[in-house]
Amino acid sequence: MTDQVPPPGLYAAREPIFPRRVSGSFRNLKWVIMAVTLGIYYLVPWIRWDRGPELPDQAVLLDLANRRFYFFWIEIWSHEFYFVAGLLIMAGLGLFLFTSALGRVWCGYACPQTVWTDLFILVERWVEGDRNARLRLHRQEKMDFRKLRLRLTKWTLWLVIAMATGGAWVFYFADAPTLFVDLFTGQAAAVAYITVAILTATTFGFGGFAREQICIYACPWPRIQGAMMDEDTLTVAYREWRGEPRKHSEAAKTEPMGDCIDCMACVNVCPMGIDIRDGQQMECITCALCIDACDDVMERIGKPRGLIDYLALSDETAERGGAAPRPIWKHVFRPRTILYTALWSAVGIALVIALFVRADIEMTVAAVRNPTFVTLSDGSIRNTYEIRLRNKNNDDRLFRLSVIGDPAVRIDLEGTPYGSIEVPADTSLLQRVYVIAPPGSAPAQAERSDLRFWVEDLTNGDRAYKDNSFIGTGEQQ
Amino acid sequence: MTKVPPKQEGDPDTTGHSWDGIEEFDNPMPRWWLWTFYVTIIWGIGYTIAYPAWPLVSSATAGMLGYTTRGEVAAEIAAVEEANGPINARLAAAELTEVAADTDLNSYAVSAGAAVYRTWCTQCHGSGAAGAVGYPNLLDNDWLWGGDIENIHATIAHGIRNEEDDDARYSEMPAFGDILEPEEIAQVVNHVMVLSGGTPDDPAAAAAGAEVYADNCASCHGDEGLGNRDLGAPNLADAIWLYGGDYDTLTETVTWSRYGVMPPWTQRLSEAEIRAVALYVHQLGGGE
Repeated sequence: MTDQVPPPGLYAAREPIFPRRVSGSFRNLKWVIMAVTLGIYYLVPWIRWDRGPELPDQAVLLDLANRRFYFFWIEIWSHEFYFVAGLLIMAGLGLFLFTSALGRVWCGYACPQTVWTDLFILVERWVEGDRNARLRLHRQEKMDFRKLRLRLTKWTLWLVIAMATGGAWVFYFADAPTLFVDLFTGQAAAVAYITVAILTATTFGFGGFAREQICIYACPWPRIQGAMMDEDTLTVAYREWRGEPRKHSEAAKTEPMGDCIDCMACVNVCPMGIDIRDGQQMECITCALCIDACDDVMERIGKPRGLIDYLALSDETAERGGAAPRPIWKHVFRPRTILYTALWSAVGIALVIALFVRADIEMTVAAVRNPTFVTLSDGSIRNTYEIRLRNKNNDDRLFRLSVIGDPAVRIDLEGTPYGSIEVPADTSLLQRVYVIAPPGSAPAQAERSDLRFWVEDLTNGDRAYKDNSFIGTGEQQ
Repeated sequence: MTKVPPKQEGDPDTTGHSWDGIEEFDNPMPRWWLWTFYVTIIWGIGYTIAYPAWPLVSSATAGMLGYTTRGEVAAEIAAVEEANGPINARLAAAELTEVAADTDLNSYAVSAGAAVYRTWCTQCHGSGAAGAVGYPNLLDNDWLWGGDIENIHATIAHGIRNEEDDDARYSEMPAFGDILEPEEIAQVVNHVMVLSGGTPDDPAAAAAGAEVYADNCASCHGDEGLGNRDLGAPNLADAIWLYGGDYDTLTETVTWSRYGVMPPWTQRLSEAEIRAVALYVHQLGGGE
């Protein structure tokens, strides 16, 4: 045993990746998407939207303290949280749709991890130079003044971006201009500082250092995506049948060489540090930067573009057999994607309908059943109900409550001799309501009889009702 | 048993244990896991120094921070009391009859009163305030000592028929078993059943009972049985009976009398709390 070589260690340190700059149509598309998504994220809290004097004028605001969600002209209260659930379902189905049609297009273009990593790599390249300069700096073991200066500059810029990211998040939960001032004058709530600190740390760590490891080890989505992909799903693939045998390979010495000149451009630009020529693999986020890199080389050596290309598995089989690949739209429009589109639209339409048919008057009626009924001194039987009236309008409303059922019953409101109650603007109000059946009347003696509460907005005549029941003594069935 | 193939070069280390020929790789722990584990150990040691931890014979180490859960609760209660101080002072100083018009103060008082009620009153009057036999229903519109806010407040503050408070409401119905003959009691009970709109057991006796009633009962309960709130004498003509309106229960009441007691609350509750619970009870449906 002593002369044996020790077995290889089971721990492998991360190989740092230094993606090279690349230009091309997919890179340009990624710049545009980065600008749009980051722009939305950073700027939306600053958009103003006039709702009247008492209400916040921030277009998008999650007012957790008052349990209100404002989105431009839409206002959602906590009891309507199903709208948010619906939006999450739509987001999920949307991801299914995009994944089944275009593969990991979310990962490659729109995922925050990708977008911020891209931004951080941009800063890194801007400070330390392109791939070769960064590699040299990495290999230089001595921390001299230049290396320290470059590192500190880079980390500072990253930290500024990270803080802006954490800072933008909290603006969605409070009035942005006020909070902005408060944050800098030390007057903001502790939870705001903690949130900013946590998001700053995660942005800094994930975008600057963890990078592709988040996608490979931490993110569950790539594992789920496998279930949504089939032979028609577009992925980034290497036309091995055209490229091989590549230059520098053993086979290239005896056989005619393929198109791949083994220039490593596709490997050098890859933010995930993989070689796409090994085939489609778990790490690939289909950012298509290798397509840009390879097309550039192919053009320069006078070969057709598309040695690395968006391809579906069925195309590979077809092309190997000498047939032409199917047009992209035939891959995209297939029963699976049409089904996802239909489901996505159905949820969306349902939400829009629900939003527009939302009752203008909202009332909930809860019968107080402790005790079930009260006998009054004249022998009347009284039931008590707690009625919540919500006024989501921007002005005070006068609601009249009435009850329909047995003609003998009458309604009485706690705290007011009138049958109507004013609900101030943008609040909800709990009103105790009594329904009284005179002695000997049918509802007083029956075990249970039906009631319908009507509420009428006296300002505009809108009406709504809720059904409930009246419990009597049960002397007569 | 299958023979385990001999170890070959390049095979990972095993723990050396073998169960039915199955061996376990001796893979190292992930470093992040180990470090997390070490940090938890250090944290744990620090925690037992800072907080109460080690059991001793009759107590436990107090911890450097002097933390106790009891102290935490006390601090929270003190913080709430301090925060509610101004509004409690306002409530204690307000004119009782005018609180209902002050929306903010009233909604605070009703919520605070509901909490006081649940703590101190439910034992007798029930969680829904519907009362029980001998314990008045606070939801209905029948009041022994008055149902306006000031009377409710006075009843809660001083209680009924207790010896701890000189201002307690006091009255005592005689036990008529010592005064009237059983026949007369039967007559007056039948009469009272008629008064409240019920059907007497013996209509003939009821008529005779009118005279017994006028001589013995009317002074407190009134000629028509409408009661007298100054004396806490119940209205006998309504549909509500505190102890029961059937013949046997009424006979018992007249023979032995009743003596319901309620404690005074000034000794246990602050003026603001008493006012809060009075306002709460007043808005339960029977307030006058």
